[in-house]
Amino acid sequence: MADYEVPELKEYAVVPLPEDDTMKGLKPFVAKPDFQEALGYPGKKDETKENTYLLVDGWHDKAIDKMGDLLNRYRGFRVFMDSCVKCGACTDKCHYFLGTKDAKNMPVARQDLLRSVYRRYFTFAGKFFPKLVGARDLTEDVVEEWYSYFHQCSECRRCSVFCPYGIDTAEVTMAAREILAHIGRGTKYSNEIIGKVFTIGNNLGLPEKALANVLEGLEEDVEYDIEVEVKFPLDKKGADILLVTPSADFFAEPHIDGLIGYAKVFHATNTSWTLSTMASEAANFGLFIGSYENMQRISMRIRQAAEDLGVKRIVYGECGHAWRVGYSFLNTLAGPFDFLDQNYPIPQHICEFTLDKLEKGELNIDKSRNDDMTLTFHDSCNVARASGMGDKPGGQFTIPRAVIKHVCNNYVDMEKDTIHDATFCCGGGGGLLTDDLMEIRVKGILPRATALKNVTEEYGVTHMAAICAICKSQFTKVLPYYGFTMDQIVSVHQLVSNAIILEGQVDPED
Amino acid sequence: MSFEVNGKTFETDEEGYMVNLLEWEPGCAEAMAKLEDQPLTDAHWEVINFLREYYDEYQIAPAVRVLTKAIGKKLGKEKGNSKYLYELFPYGPGKQACKYAGLPKPTGCV
Repeated sequence: MADYEVPELKEYAVVPLPEDDTMKGLKPFVAKPDFQEALGYPGKKDETKENTYLLVDGWHDKAIDKMGDLLNRYRGFRVFMDSCVKCGACTDKCHYFLGTKDAKNMPVARQDLLRSVYRRYFTFAGKFFPKLVGARDLTEDVVEEWYSYFHQCSECRRCSVFCPYGIDTAEVTMAAREILAHIGRGTKYSNEIIGKVFTIGNNLGLPEKALANVLEGLEEDVEYDIEVEVKFPLDKKGADILLVTPSADFFAEPHIDGLIGYAKVFHATNTSWTLSTMASEAANFGLFIGSYENMQRISMRIRQAAEDLGVKRIVYGECGHAWRVGYSFLNTLAGPFDFLDQNYPIPQHICEFTLDKLEKGELNIDKSRNDDMTLTFHDSCNVARASGMGDKPGGQFTIPRAVIKHVCNNYVDMEKDTIHDATFCCGGGGGLLTDDLMEIRVKGILPRATALKNVTEEYGVTHMAAICAICKSQFTKVLPYYGFTMDQIVSVHQLVSNAIILEGQVDPED
Repeated sequence: MSFEVNGKTFETDEEGYMVNLLEWEPGCAEAMAKLEDQPLTDAHWEVINFLREYYDEYQIAPAVRVLTKAIGKKLGKEKGNSKYLYELFPYGPGKQACKYAGLPKPTGCV
């Protein structure tokens, strides 16, 4: 299946001895100048070679200038550059290190690729005594090393949880990527996608006509299945709720089963809701590439759609990093949302919405309809470590689990050092969910796959639920390398959809 | 990157997807499949033809669900599922079949 070694699953995660350069040179495809320019970055094609891109003219000074700019804009970034004491607490916390053994994938070592250059150009000691303080010049080799290793980090922030100084590795990776983008080294994957959001409205590039076709098809399917007319409204002016959800929910499996679940919950509770063509995407890859400007531009679509449609509330579907941007930054990026109903969270997560209805007994649920499964739940990194949910601390852990337990009889958590804020990344987050990075995705899933295997063997877990489009796609694609099957991954609202009984529902005879 | 069909050269991107989608002809599918040692049977062509029809109308590849439904209608219910499609296209109907059909690669969190 692969031209590299797929790590062996052991009983427990083994911390490997670091090795040098096992992942050296692994890089995502570089964004061509068209993709770069659409986002406000420069690009330069090598006219002598196919699909090859050069660093832009004056790249060295431009990179240092950009670093200086970021140091001034984000105080946290400067603190993170200065405050590491090399205690080593982060070293064995990264799924990519555990899966690849590459010494530079220890979070401290990856950060130091940038920190060493910071010291050389921005500290007194580094300017005058570089060797004494481990400072180094910015060379083309350093740039390529950055491009490789800062795309072997999914910005999941597990290492940050264990850092006694609270250094946020994701911020360091984002800064590195932002610097790289400014000298012609953006990635094809993220930048092409952001371009599509601006031109078409979503990551997939799903035009309005196709979106409408998918939604009509879903209405037909649901009616065919249960003889209830469940609506999937698009651009309905005056609806109460605007639902923004990852475009994968319109396209991929098991994502689309989650979308059916949202629609059934809205139907069952007589909630007036709509999707939007303009904001037919919750995801915000501006976060992944560390670009405040692009993150803001993407967020403004959601505000615009909410205003145009005249909704009162915004609800987010199952998308991990979208929820981070929505929960943590939306007001700063696109606020104030004084035109929305202030009695509800702005925005609200779909799990929060559904749990409220479940707790009030407004949904007719038959849990036994999920009895063919024993579930576990994967905490998605951006939800777990970079957001909250509901009005209690830790709601981002308890609310999705409570939803699952309301609709399923069989539920088991994975080992406690692999869930909640210690959750392991799926291995495909942070802009790495692309085939050109398959090797790091396969190796990085190792700790999660280990924990899943353990609950499978000990407690008979058959399925793992998630609330992130990236997690779902990564798992369905990569867990099969470890002997699991793709249908073992489910959406949380797919479980709700299975168990809910709508008024007038007629079940098909099997 | 590129491939040839009857002496004519077709340009592809880094991942082997055709750059100029309008140039596609049936020989392109055969040529791209051959590069990946993937024989194309009538069953594969059913999928490829559907993808092209859908793309002509909607300017994007169909959702997996739309594809399985259409194939199920055409070839019988037992074939209207993603398992059948993955048997035909082990790298995923969304990506591998789209490539042979001369469609752009689906992007995003899929």
